[in-house]
Amino acid sequence: MSVTVRIPTPLRKLTGGSDEVTIEGTTVGEIIENLEAAHPGLKERLCDDKGEIRRFVNVYVNDEDVRFMGGRGTELKDGDEVSIVPAIAGGC
Amino acid sequence: MTESIVRALKCRECGQEYPIEPTHVCEFCFGPLEVVYDYDKLKGKFTRELIESRPQTMWRYKELLPIDGEPTVGAQNGYTPLVRAKRLEKVLGVKELYIKNDSVCYPTLSFKDRVVSVALSKAVEFGFTTVACASTGNLAGSVAANAAAAGLESYVFIPHDLEQGKVLGAGIFGTNIIGIKGAYDDVNRLCSEVAGKYGWAFVNVNVRPFYAEGSKSLAYEMMEQLGWKAPKHVVVPMASGSLCTKVDKAIKEFIKLGLIEDNGTAVYGAQATGCSPIAKSVKDGTDMIHPVRADTIAKSLAIGNPADGYYANRVIKESGGWAEDISDEEVVAAMKLLAETEGIFAETAGGVTLGCAMKMIESGKLPRDESIVLCITGNGLKTQEAVIDAITKPRIIDANLKDFDALAAADGVQTS
Repeated sequence: MSVTVRIPTPLRKLTGGSDEVTIEGTTVGEIIENLEAAHPGLKERLCDDKGEIRRFVNVYVNDEDVRFMGGRGTELKDGDEVSIVPAIAGGC
Repeated sequence: MTESIVRALKCRECGQEYPIEPTHVCEFCFGPLEVVYDYDKLKGKFTRELIESRPQTMWRYKELLPIDGEPTVGAQNGYTPLVRAKRLEKVLGVKELYIKNDSVCYPTLSFKDRVVSVALSKAVEFGFTTVACASTGNLAGSVAANAAAAGLESYVFIPHDLEQGKVLGAGIFGTNIIGIKGAYDDVNRLCSEVAGKYGWAFVNVNVRPFYAEGSKSLAYEMMEQLGWKAPKHVVVPMASGSLCTKVDKAIKEFIKLGLIEDNGTAVYGAQATGCSPIAKSVKDGTDMIHPVRADTIAKSLAIGNPADGYYANRVIKESGGWAEDISDEEVVAAMKLLAETEGIFAETAGGVTLGCAMKMIESGKLPRDESIVLCITGNGLKTQEAVIDAITKPRIIDANLKDFDALAAADGVQTS
């Protein structure tokens, strides 16, 4: 099963400049592991020492925040789009 | 011209430093970047006398704002009144209460004119010609107005269902205004991706470290206007939590530079219950911020996934403050109270700030006998929908004295 992962600007140095990569995996956690295998260094930027997604990193599956779904265990289907977005600010 | 004291951009998580560039995320750990300064360079040079000799704008504190030289955008912005709220003191039963009134900030009636002035001046410095933002409304209006005045192209992205006053208050400036089907958090996510693709200065994405520093000017003014003193307690509204952290940073900077004594100022955060992830974390005694789906009339605070929530939580705890949240009904009641006692028409976020302060006074979290400043950050004319059903409607009569006499008699008014 393969999904498209959109890579934010600050991480593109690790993907050879690509803004999208195609990765195999059935859950968000698996995608992160496979991302790391293909582009070493990505996982430590996305996850803390315990493997949890860092608090200032947002991961979306088809525009839905995985924190509202199953977190790292969120299941994926063929053709899903995963976005990695650093936290940004508005309002006060 | 004094030399800039800006040292670098520094990651708030791992401490890695970067040169001054339009970037906002650490390449090593993905943490947010913040502007850091060499305060020692200002020792003995940045004095009360120097500041007082300058025009009354936010730029009288320019050494502590991260631009080179003079501001090119928004040079007149800021310096709003600090009002001693005598009548409100009586109602709340407190001894010393002030309103920092950014509902009249120049030019677009919200404290966003401060951050935008810094962000756009920096964008011009970096050579950008198009500026953009993700906004809950006030920021859109401020970016549009300040960009128009500076001759910059602008794109502003807002949730599609914003208050009419905020849509109009941006559109009038001839900006490219884009309504996104979704909540602010959706707008934010889209903008983060747009910013990576187009070569624009997104004030709250790639120039965010500079933009956020502009908030400090609100607190610098507050301290100068109190007679070069920090209050014992300051209450700020929280959306992303950024203002909370910058008020704290500003106070610490003034202490470090010898401009004020350390008054042990405690910082308090205010949210609407329908979007209160930061207040909840403080009340629960944790530093984990759980994102929520925002549902409140206080749309300028409706950020369910607050980027600075963790840092705001820490500032509140370390300073000895607290956080509170109130219902939408309490927001409206507080907006009316502020208007009726002090003649200040604040937007919904102002109702949140006052309403939460009242709750914390009642619960004893805010002491009644020490100085308190409430930060009012936006104007009620932009959020009229929130109060339209709660205010007195005009009583319609014919243009004749008899009709008015009858009305006055019914009110029990005596003729002279």
